Amino acid sequence: MSQTATMTGQPAVAQDTSGPRGPRPKPFFTPKKVILYTVLVFFSLYYLFPLYVMVVTSLKTMPEVRFGNIFALPTAPNFDAWVKAWTSACTGLNCNGLAPGFWNSVKITIPSTIVSIFIAAVNGYALVNWRFKGSEIFFSILIFGSFIPYQVMLYPLVMITREMGIFGTLQAVIIIHTVFGMPILTLLFRNYFASLPQELFKAARVDGAGFWRIFFEIMLPMSLPIFVVAIILQVTGIWNDFLFGVVFAGTQNYPMTVQLNNIVNSAQGTPEYNVNMAATVLTGLVPLTVYFVSGKWFVRGVAAGAVKG
Amino acid sequence: MAETAVRMEAGERTTTRPGFLSRIFLHNLPAKIAALPMVLTVLVVFVGCTIWTIYYSFTNSKLLPTGKFVGFDQYERLFATSRWNVSVWNLVAYGSMSLVFTLVIGFILAVLIDQKIRFESAFRTIMLYPFALSFIVTGLVWQWIMNPTLGLQGTLRNLGWENFTFDWIANPRMVLFALLIAGLWHGTGFCMVLMLAGLRGVDEEVWKAARVDGIPTWRTYVSIVLPMMRGVLITAIVIIGSGIVRLYDLVVALTNGGPGISSEVPAKYVFNYMFSGGNIGQGLAGATMMLLTVLIIMIPWAYLEFGGKGRRA
Repeated sequence: MSQTATMTGQPAVAQDTSGPRGPRPKPFFTPKKVILYTVLVFFSLYYLFPLYVMVVTSLKTMPEVRFGNIFALPTAPNFDAWVKAWTSACTGLNCNGLAPGFWNSVKITIPSTIVSIFIAAVNGYALVNWRFKGSEIFFSILIFGSFIPYQVMLYPLVMITREMGIFGTLQAVIIIHTVFGMPILTLLFRNYFASLPQELFKAARVDGAGFWRIFFEIMLPMSLPIFVVAIILQVTGIWNDFLFGVVFAGTQNYPMTVQLNNIVNSAQGTPEYNVNMAATVLTGLVPLTVYFVSGKWFVRGVAAGAVKG
Repeated sequence: MAETAVRMEAGERTTTRPGFLSRIFLHNLPAKIAALPMVLTVLVVFVGCTIWTIYYSFTNSKLLPTGKFVGFDQYERLFATSRWNVSVWNLVAYGSMSLVFTLVIGFILAVLIDQKIRFESAFRTIMLYPFALSFIVTGLVWQWIMNPTLGLQGTLRNLGWENFTFDWIANPRMVLFALLIAGLWHGTGFCMVLMLAGLRGVDEEVWKAARVDGIPTWRTYVSIVLPMMRGVLITAIVIIGSGIVRLYDLVVALTNGGPGISSEVPAKYVFNYMFSGGNIGQGLAGATMMLLTVLIIMIPWAYLEFGGKGRRA
């Protein structure tokens, strides 16, 4: 017994085990802790309240909503409002619900995410490993440009896309998202590639691999984490976009956020608050799913967004 | 390191010294092709479009940007328009309140979370999730909560609190606070995450030293830790600030500028004049003023951050 004790690194000298050891255990309910948790719970209620109200209202019937108690749980929860929001809620004369908007958002988000991330990844790689004259200057302007209000560049961009014949189409929105996603994504990839060991790149160069081969066969397989961060950033960002969708997509391709706003804010007749809230929940569902599934990665993406500039 | 590789390649490719043009275009060609979208974005969008907007803000363009040069006329009209002045005032009032409250609440929450609490990640998740939602969703939820008849006010009145008043959304003098509640709900979690990262970056030794010296905890935060977080603070201010100048979606969803024009903001003014007001010159002048505002925020920051010539990488 004593032998094993010495072997596992326990002090061979018998310790005084008569009295309690270690720091004095703190009682859980100190006044300081009570205040601490009270404040935290209070704030949590502020953050959770809208989500609760949104979901609860969407499960009620209109007479129940008119009863006027937004705290109350629905007496008979049903998804009628959800179905109506999805299939037949009206914007003006159009009564197709949110579904077309959802699919438009999907059609916008997927290609925009792929294109913007691919371009930014290659760009970041070129900026780290294949610098050319002026590349750093362009990069600096790119980062500073990300702070220019969109309204400043909006009208000329409308003219350019109109000139290209793509104004009011999905292509236009995809290009716009690629352009305005570029600063943050390039920064993200540039910083990531710069943190990889240069020896890998040099060894591949010595072995005769070129620009694209090194990118696809060495850099890409090593950069899965940063791709996850970039995808989270772009999917939530593009899904939540309103301005570019309303300007560039054209009426046929309005993304979900735009249709949601139209359904709620330009409704004719008596507003159906339960349908409105169901539509709101539906629109928030995609980014919320991304958020809750990705957990820590979302925080990383947000923090990465924060170091911009 | 990269330069060596590049030079090596140049040596292989051409034995004679390459001409000026081929050096610009052909040397390191794949990298230049890869960087082409960035170069185009910078030259066409960030530089080109901005200069275009500034130039045409000095013309009398109405439906099409073809007007003739009229000097500062558009700006004079802009500041003679009550809607613009209300917008600017709203932005200043909302912006300063939003900035201060976001930073203060973000910092306090970060400090609370940093007290080695239980359920830390649960609290963090709850505080950050609004940030994942769009401003449209945020605005519409709060619009419903603040609905005077059926929202919070109506509910509490029905429950017996007869003179409870929470009609900020319909009250021209309080509508900015309604905007503030929704904006803080959306953004404070993000600020908290930034601040928490800053707090965790402070060396444990600093805390030990402060404890040995008998400095009270709050004093350590205010006088020692906060100044050490200067970098994080500046980053947070710049990000929150440039977000405030852009404020648009939230207003559209929550109040659509109302009641009347009492919650108009510059971004909305610019948008309306450009795309539905049929007065492009006005819109562009407003946009240029927005740019100026951002520059006023950015230049001191850029000077602090990059001024001391390569002080920071």
